[in-house]
Amino acid sequence: MPERPEKSTIEIRHVSKVFGSGENAVIALDDVSLDIRENEFFTLLGPSGCGKTTLLRLIAGFSYPTEGEIKLYGQDIAPLPPYKRPVNTVFQSYALFPHMSVGENIAFGLEMLGRPKSAIRTRVEEMLALVRMEHLRDRKTAQISGGQQQRVALARALAPQPKVLLLDEPLSALDYKLRKDMQIELKRLQHETGITFIFVTHDQEEALTMSDRLAVMSSGRILQIGNPRQIYDRPAERFVADFIGETNFLTAEVTGLANGKAEVALPGGAKIHALLTEDRELNGAVSVVVRPEHAEIVSNANGADLKGRLANIVYFGTDTLYHVVLETGETFIVRRQNSRKSVDEFSEGTAVGIILADGSAQILRD
Amino acid sequence: MARSRHAFDVRHQSGFPTIALTCFFLLYLPIATLVVYAFNSGTSIATWEGLSLRWFQAAWNNDKVIDASLRSIQIATCAAVIATAVATMAAIATTRTRPYRGLNAKYAFINMPLMVPEIVVAVALLIFFSRIKVATGYSGLGYLIAAHTAFCIPFAYLPIRARLETMDLSLETAAADLYASPWQAFRRVTLPLLWPGILAGLMLAFVISLDDVVITEFVKSGGQDTLPTYMLGQLRRVVTPEMNAISTVFLLLSIAIVTIFFFVSRKRS
Amino acid sequence: MGTASEIARRIEAKDIRDRWLLSAPALIIIALCAIGPLTIVFVYSFLTPGDYGDVVWKFSPDAWISVLFQRDIFDGTWSFADAHLSIFWRSVWLSLMTTLLTLVLGFPTAYFIATRPERTREIWLFLITIPFWTNLLIRTFAIQEVIRNEGIVNALLTGTGITDRPIQMLYTDFAILLGLAYVYFPLMVLPLYASMEKIDFRLVEAGYDLYANRWKVLRRIIIPLAKPGIVAGSILVFIPSLGAYVTPRVLGGGVKLMLGNFIELQFGQGRNWPLGASLSMTLLAIVLAALFMYIHFTARRGGNTHG
Repeated sequence: MPERPEKSTIEIRHVSKVFGSGENAVIALDDVSLDIRENEFFTLLGPSGCGKTTLLRLIAGFSYPTEGEIKLYGQDIAPLPPYKRPVNTVFQSYALFPHMSVGENIAFGLEMLGRPKSAIRTRVEEMLALVRMEHLRDRKTAQISGGQQQRVALARALAPQPKVLLLDEPLSALDYKLRKDMQIELKRLQHETGITFIFVTHDQEEALTMSDRLAVMSSGRILQIGNPRQIYDRPAERFVADFIGETNFLTAEVTGLANGKAEVALPGGAKIHALLTEDRELNGAVSVVVRPEHAEIVSNANGADLKGRLANIVYFGTDTLYHVVLETGETFIVRRQNSRKSVDEFSEGTAVGIILADGSAQILRD
Repeated sequence: MARSRHAFDVRHQSGFPTIALTCFFLLYLPIATLVVYAFNSGTSIATWEGLSLRWFQAAWNNDKVIDASLRSIQIATCAAVIATAVATMAAIATTRTRPYRGLNAKYAFINMPLMVPEIVVAVALLIFFSRIKVATGYSGLGYLIAAHTAFCIPFAYLPIRARLETMDLSLETAAADLYASPWQAFRRVTLPLLWPGILAGLMLAFVISLDDVVITEFVKSGGQDTLPTYMLGQLRRVVTPEMNAISTVFLLLSIAIVTIFFFVSRKRS
Repeated sequence: MGTASEIARRIEAKDIRDRWLLSAPALIIIALCAIGPLTIVFVYSFLTPGDYGDVVWKFSPDAWISVLFQRDIFDGTWSFADAHLSIFWRSVWLSLMTTLLTLVLGFPTAYFIATRPERTREIWLFLITIPFWTNLLIRTFAIQEVIRNEGIVNALLTGTGITDRPIQMLYTDFAILLGLAYVYFPLMVLPLYASMEKIDFRLVEAGYDLYANRWKVLRRIIIPLAKPGIVAGSILVFIPSLGAYVTPRVLGGGVKLMLGNFIELQFGQGRNWPLGASLSMTLLAIVLAALFMYIHFTARRGGNTHG
């Protein structure tokens, strides 16, 4: 791993978590190591059961690791109970106290920390203003909408000025429109407060649009860490490529290696350059991924990288998907943006060619 | 076509409403009769001779009745409070946890007094307490309170446990996240939310203790009649409407408690 | 390396220890004042009765033998104890009849409540619950008043000329049956209602759609779906009926005994504590057997809910 110039807020070293024991043991986290930097919006992305929430709960202190250490600004926080960690959580269900008003909910953490009453009052007003809820301070939490509850949960967790804010799928209960608004809101809050956010989600679009960096998890392991562009354009593993966005997988033959790129022969014989995530010896068959929007469909198959027959055209409004059945029998999808000028130059059943943009192919670590 | 004006009701079963309404009628008929004759001016509980409150007055002036009533309330209050306190702790200890060794045994043990016939427990306590009475020389109300507490525990435990199980676990997690120590989290979050369950448990335990006849009858020492055991003794003699008057007041008390419980629990949910 | 796992283990161990400490007071009270003394009863059932009640600490199996048999005072031979058997028989028979009677009446009642509109359903349910929470002795007393010779039932019968003399109902098996059914009726209706409330009436619609008539819908769809409630209600009525003490005492008038009264008799006038103890243990055994059957039934159903 290269040396990081930024200060790490959280260092996770070789953390494992096993639930149960003996034959019923379930490995929820398997030797996870991770650095989260100061002031970054970091996302843990993965399908349900991948261990992302378990990792979040370990950081919050609701659960304790079976192995490994968790450091906050260099201090080992593993032995600390949750109420002694300067870390706050926004829960998936919000977990707002139903017997308290909005204001009392926000004040709760500050009261527990024993802050003076006047300071608490000021801080609560500040937080209400921050989430634009000043008018609802005295409402009971059951009397406000889902989006408003979400804001109260955020304000409550931010009020004690934690070092790190943990967010456990906080947007999953909201409808589409509200979710979009809250995504922008969350980015704004993170910017204004300067607190490190660790965000857990299974929604890849949410992860790509909001994160500074993200980690893709599966079966208790971290598969890849990077910024959204790296993760999307240069997936290192089949799972990452498949989980995030639509993808074409091709089997290719390595024919040569040169400065970080490999020359591979595609099915059908055409040779292209494919990118590698890391330098290593390669030979024989490899898997190559190409994003649908990185390929172009042409009516003249001559000189194209792949040849096939157009099986299906699916119109999506902003763009159109072309399903091409290759000579090998595999389906390859090409995405093309629609413009006012574009006409239906292709028709289902005809022979077509596919041209891959330079640097669009990526070899997977298998 | 005129015949099919009434929609076919899939829920209807012929005769069922008649039987049900008859059952409701029969359920309340004896109680109603009992209450009506409490106001009889004659000495009979069968022939009506006019409206009067004399039997309520008679009961009020009967030292034995007042004495037994006060003792009943005293025992029920002590037993219900103790039973609810220990049942609350037990409910917290047996809910919202991964199964641990002895958990099922605990459930079975706490609910045991519901399963063992009262007469058997009564006999057992008679033997056990008579030994202790001889050994210690103490023969106060403590035995009755202890016995009542034991069979009230499962009744207090059930609503509290039900309340705990439907309570959102993440609320206490959230409290801990917001720097509340376990005790603070319990006092500020768990207890206020558990309160309706505790109140329900307290009321049930109180009513159950107040109603008990069998165990009290076997455990009590001389001069320790509660209202139900006093009434049981009186039923062997010629009964006057005084019994109806006592019963009526008793009924009203039970109904009041149950009604409060019903509306409190309905409003909360 | 071990520190992390050590912390986790320590926290879990502390949690379980705290849970035992928290439940200890309840467990101790129940152990001392409900379950524990049962062992003493068990021990007493193997002892010799004292002359003036209590026991003599000398082993004797007589109490257990005399649950079912009696020794002839003159020649010392054993034969079936007819008196005991008739009391056993009356207890079981009356409990079964009570269960049946409450089931036959409770089923339509529970169905009626379950098919009321949401708003009024709670009121009906409340009306069933009220008698349940009022004193059992008072309810028994109320029944006694109604069926006594001067009571309103007999007044109605003689008044309308159906009979010229009051019918003796009090202090008969019928009185006990009526009383038991009356006091335990809510215990049958409540579980029945609980299972009927869950019935999806689209299934009933499907039944009618497939040419079933009302009787067949009841027999083939509603009753099978309400079966858990039928079983639970029957157990809930049968068990307390079998151990009933107050109702047979008040309505049987000391003439018609049930097991509960017979046990009491051994500790009172009978002065045979060991026999009372062995009878108590027998009653307990029957009740526990019924409970285990019930648990077995529900566990099997639970394992295969749609079976």
